[in-house]
Amino acid sequence: MSARILRRRALIEDDWQVAPERTADLPPGARIIVPLARFRAEREALIASAAAVGVLLANTEDVELVYPEIRDRPLIALLFPTFADGRALSQAAVLRNRLGYAGELRAVGDVVRDLVFWLARGGFDSIAPRADQDLEACRLALDQFSAAYQAAADGRTPVWVQRRTQAAR
Amino acid sequence: MYRYDEIDRAVVAERVAEFREQTERFLAGKLTEDEFRPLRLRNGLYVQRFAPMLRISVPYGLLESAQLRCLARVVREYDRGYGHFTTRQNIQLNWPRLERVPDLLAELAQVQLHGIQACGNDTRNITSDYLAGVAADEIVDPRPYCELLRQFVTLHPEFYWLPRKFKFGFTGATVDRAATLTNDAAVHVRRRDDGTIGYRFFVGGGLGRLPMLGQEMNPFVPESDLLIYATAVLRTFNRFGRRDNIHKARIKIVLREWGYERFRAAVEDEYAKITASSERDSLRLEPGDIERVRAHFGAPPYRPAPEVAYDVERLASRDARFAAWLKRNVRAHKVAGYRVVYVPLKAPGQPPGDCTAEQFEALADLCEAYSFGELRSTYDQNLILADVPECHLHELWRALDALGLATPNVGLVTDIVCCPGLDFCGLANAGSIGVADEIYRRFDSLDAQYEVGPIRITISGCMNGCGHHSVGHIGILGVDKHGEEWYQVTLGGSAGNDAAIGERVGRALARSEIAQGVERLVQAYLELRCDEDETFLECYRRVGMGPYKARLYESETEEAAA
Repeated sequence: MSARILRRRALIEDDWQVAPERTADLPPGARIIVPLARFRAEREALIASAAAVGVLLANTEDVELVYPEIRDRPLIALLFPTFADGRALSQAAVLRNRLGYAGELRAVGDVVRDLVFWLARGGFDSIAPRADQDLEACRLALDQFSAAYQAAADGRTPVWVQRRTQAAR
Repeated sequence: MYRYDEIDRAVVAERVAEFREQTERFLAGKLTEDEFRPLRLRNGLYVQRFAPMLRISVPYGLLESAQLRCLARVVREYDRGYGHFTTRQNIQLNWPRLERVPDLLAELAQVQLHGIQACGNDTRNITSDYLAGVAADEIVDPRPYCELLRQFVTLHPEFYWLPRKFKFGFTGATVDRAATLTNDAAVHVRRRDDGTIGYRFFVGGGLGRLPMLGQEMNPFVPESDLLIYATAVLRTFNRFGRRDNIHKARIKIVLREWGYERFRAAVEDEYAKITASSERDSLRLEPGDIERVRAHFGAPPYRPAPEVAYDVERLASRDARFAAWLKRNVRAHKVAGYRVVYVPLKAPGQPPGDCTAEQFEALADLCEAYSFGELRSTYDQNLILADVPECHLHELWRALDALGLATPNVGLVTDIVCCPGLDFCGLANAGSIGVADEIYRRFDSLDAQYEVGPIRITISGCMNGCGHHSVGHIGILGVDKHGEEWYQVTLGGSAGNDAAIGERVGRALARSEIAQGVERLVQAYLELRCDEDETFLECYRRVGMGPYKARLYESETEEAAA
């Protein structure tokens, strides 16, 4: 049974699955997420047996170093061991803003509604909330704040740039 | 001061709504204590010994009369009629009830006050030179840069869930009045001979366990790159700060474990990478961005100095109490005809930094009448009226005197810096306010204080060091030994340009010995100094620990001899 996730602004049935141990008998069209170590070890076999292969990174991984190996992945999942551990937000910032990764960027782990606003701003276009979370509340949290004080991967115009145009009028 | 526009007001209101909803979820049992903690901390709310403590951010220590009146109202309505100013220029309330905090925050939001990122593992409120804009030694007013950075780190998508707290301290003057090097990052705004402005950046300071002073990362970051360099530092911290041990999670530990060269290379490397990528474009300040914020910090409409200067000294010659106040609590202003008036929160019997509702209200009136409606909080837990015309000094003094706000002791031995300690704080190991009071009583006579001259006594009730004990000339740290309160003494610390971490003298003193011990240290200084011009700190640095140590433990030696 698949879980529901937030993709951009929509609540949808998750079309990805955490890869089972044996990938030989995956159904056709299966889209799987595997940890980086397994991806490295079984790369060819995984790509051959699944329709799409995404990679899960630990939040201690240096994304710049591993990027050449994962840049063509359609999905990169970043892990929040607890919602207050924000290391993956720096990984996301570098992936999106510096390396230009344009695939699906997913937040997994201890993802709670109180983190959603920061995830969306930080470039996560796919958010997999913890099982007990109120999904509708997660969706509403996308709009928690009407203004953004920073430029970030979500492309919102920061307040101090908005004020440039206000001043110009 | 910076005034909110519609955008800022909306964000603070949305923040109150968010916290109200989070508090309701917690009270309904839908959030565990562990889940609620990081959320409430990011709104300034600790849970203390007896009640929650709410920390209210005061950016750069600037307050205006409407805010003071609001504070008077909320400390009456939600607390016990007083607030407490901290060494980071903020205000703490010690008795609000959790379920009423959202309402309290909603009231504060009406006057652009809040507790956003006042606690928790995030970028905290920014501190700055409390004489910004009025000091004669100022090179560049740091406040516009503080404000640009404050907005930038507010609800930052990348730096809101850091390994540990992160504090910025700014100065733009030659004298460091903001203890900048005790911050995780210190920014010294500088102007080169060719007129270009930039920032000397220090990183890795922090008090608490393993107190350290910031070390230089870059001598001159260009003016346009404030947010870029801050991003490089914060990203390095977010990635590499330790999350396995809360006591080793500050950025100073990364610096210590890596060593200066490796750490600095990492920050500079990140700075270079951002500058070389498209990230730079979204972080780079244009001159107009700075000018727009600078306009909020312009000089007030000073009146031209009278042709014949007002003769304050003549009044002083007829009133010794006024003269003492003028000498101790009033300082020069860069504009002729104006003075800076210190308002110490250090009257006899007053817990250092405490301010009552009546005082908040009266100060609102006084700053409107005499200082363009603005009041400031200082690093030493005092207040100042920064722009007082000389001709009003005498009437202002009379008003302050009536409020218990004119004790002429600024910078002296009774101007003690002190955290709330065991009386309030859930983290404390020992009382601090009582110790401050006992020390105060030993030097109560003003003549004795003037004899001693400038000295800084700082007291923290625990290792976390909110009372900045490690940078006091005499620092006192409360520790718990088998359920009893003991006090360690350090000497020679300083938070200014000659910043240094104090050295521990020796074994801790019992609660019954500490005040007398401090008195003996001061007595030793009076005997050791070359002349009246040699300050406590200068004398200590000249003669070293030895003679002070002997005096501190004198009674012990006598007992051993007897």
